[in-house]
Amino acid sequence: MVGLVDVISLGLFAAALRMATPIVYAALGGIFSERVGIINIGLEGTMLTSAFAGVTASYYTGNPWLGVVVAVLVGGLIGLLHAVLTVKFVGNQIVSGTGINIFAMGFTAYMSQIIWGSRGASEGVRGLGTWTLPVIADLPVVGPIIGSHSPLVYLMLVVTVLSYVVLFRTPLGLRIRAVGEHPTAAETAGIDVLRVKYLCVILSGMLAGLGGAFLSLGHLNLFTRGMTGGRGFISMAAMIFGKWMPFGAFGASLLFGLADALQMRLQSLGLLPPQIILTIPYLLTVAVLAGVVGKARPPSDYKPYKRE
Amino acid sequence: MKARALLSRVGSPETLRGILIQLIAILMAFAVGAVVLLVTGYNPIDAYAAMLRGAFGDVFRVGQTLTQATPIIFTALAFLFSFKSGLFNIGAEGQFLAGAFASALVGISFQNLPAPLHVLLALVAGAVAGGLWGLIPAVLKTRFGAHEVITTMMLSYVALYLTSYMVNYPFKAPGWVSQTVMIAESARLPRLLQGAQLSASIFIALALVALTRFILNRTILGYEIRATGLNPSAAENAGIDVKRGMILALVVSGAIAGLGGSGEIMGVHRRFIDGFSPGYGWDGLAVALVGGLSPVGALLAAILFGALRSGGMIMTRATGVPLDIVFLLQALVILFVAAPALIRAILKKGGLRW
Repeated sequence: MVGLVDVISLGLFAAALRMATPIVYAALGGIFSERVGIINIGLEGTMLTSAFAGVTASYYTGNPWLGVVVAVLVGGLIGLLHAVLTVKFVGNQIVSGTGINIFAMGFTAYMSQIIWGSRGASEGVRGLGTWTLPVIADLPVVGPIIGSHSPLVYLMLVVTVLSYVVLFRTPLGLRIRAVGEHPTAAETAGIDVLRVKYLCVILSGMLAGLGGAFLSLGHLNLFTRGMTGGRGFISMAAMIFGKWMPFGAFGASLLFGLADALQMRLQSLGLLPPQIILTIPYLLTVAVLAGVVGKARPPSDYKPYKRE
Repeated sequence: MKARALLSRVGSPETLRGILIQLIAILMAFAVGAVVLLVTGYNPIDAYAAMLRGAFGDVFRVGQTLTQATPIIFTALAFLFSFKSGLFNIGAEGQFLAGAFASALVGISFQNLPAPLHVLLALVAGAVAGGLWGLIPAVLKTRFGAHEVITTMMLSYVALYLTSYMVNYPFKAPGWVSQTVMIAESARLPRLLQGAQLSASIFIALALVALTRFILNRTILGYEIRATGLNPSAAENAGIDVKRGMILALVVSGAIAGLGGSGEIMGVHRRFIDGFSPGYGWDGLAVALVGGLSPVGALLAAILFGALRSGGMIMTRATGVPLDIVFLLQALVILFVAAPALIRAILKKGGLRW
């Protein structure tokens, strides 16, 4: 069992935090969208497109931070598209999301052939590098886990707290939740329901965009075909597992990140088939939805809202 | 007047308007695609012409188009069948894989069965496995109220990883590729064209188109399913067992998708290869919608998507346009179809009244 001891190390938890980061971003995005009653299964495609956009911007400007900004803007644009189709034109949310996912696959692969002449991967670009936190990095146990990461990992922690504060401690959050839970009452109370929906779905795209930026600029420093690898869907699982709460989604993402990190290590040791571990997030989510482990109820009934 | 009379025999004005909107959505997708091609330095007319030739140029190319269309006919019918009962089965991918693996298992497990029996057995196994994979979300929905959009999606991934495990470990063929050994000759569906992969699976698909149409429009079961989809509480009041209808719809939906997987294994690949499906389940959703949620429409839309793929390969060879433009076009069709109100609004802006 020497192998197992090697696997469970502090490095594993650091890796788990890294793996969880894109999932947390997209899950937070999912929360904002679903809190106003819009399912966003396009998170996967949004992340992928943003990951591509971020690398492209860094490639042409040499500035990875500009890449992050572009990734977020592109994410917001895709969110806007989803909002226009589903809120304004009352289109089907699942269909729009599916369209976004397929679009992302096609668009990014097409454009990376145009730009880099390769279907598989972009050229390497300047990434964000890692930050090492003073003092904390030297602490025992904590240091090796959170001491040195991509800046987007630290930003993720901030954004998680911010999401909670916005949703549950501000008037805007109250409005957001009111719009999802009871749009007619919200409208009667003077809330511009459609505007809040637009805002949240765009925000959802921007957050997923940050997740994409992390994958391409905070992790690999290049874009590879289909590099999100289903993380957008995992993030929906994390959102549900975390009961549509920011900290809940954060915890769930960490758990899934740990499963992912564990899977990679076990694979290299040949201890347990990685495929079996990879099913865990999905099985857990199904179990939660079925009420086997706790109970999960969506915050909204996802019905399109029409002004009277 | 004559044209109008003829049209009214095709369908009600409502149906015709629907068909028109789908066609406009497809045209708009190609228009946007043309802009993308132009901007990235390609000639859209050359590209589309090459695509058309590649899709329908000769018998072989038509065969390739139908080969590509076959699996998505199944998954589109699967999506459509559950959709009619008001359920969003977006997990056809998982049911497809479950069916594919079950058929592969039956295909490699027996060596001395008479061919018709072996084929039948493998097909039944595929349908049953797909149906069971559809039963799980059905039970979760009716007993626990778990939203089927999420459960079917999650179970798709479970199927993906479980089948991947199967062909990487217990059922892995010797060699470095993650796949099973070849299925027995007796379990193979015949190929229809010399040198092409088009198999008899297309006949099963066509039969299912007719059958789905018949069940949905001409039987009590179909009536109950549609009534449930249109208004569950009214259906309940009318004495329809809504829960039973939902379960049945998802199981049948899963079985159809499962058969699609069987067809690919028994007709095209002749073994289960890890990751052989490039997302046929998702395509099915798109195709069903582009086809206006009717079985015949789904068939036509599947042929369109198949044509895009087989034509796309020739287009890439002839003009150097990256093949991925095909997926871009598909996505654009879906996005335009997603919101019919958008197309109506655009038409209105253009001064068209109807």
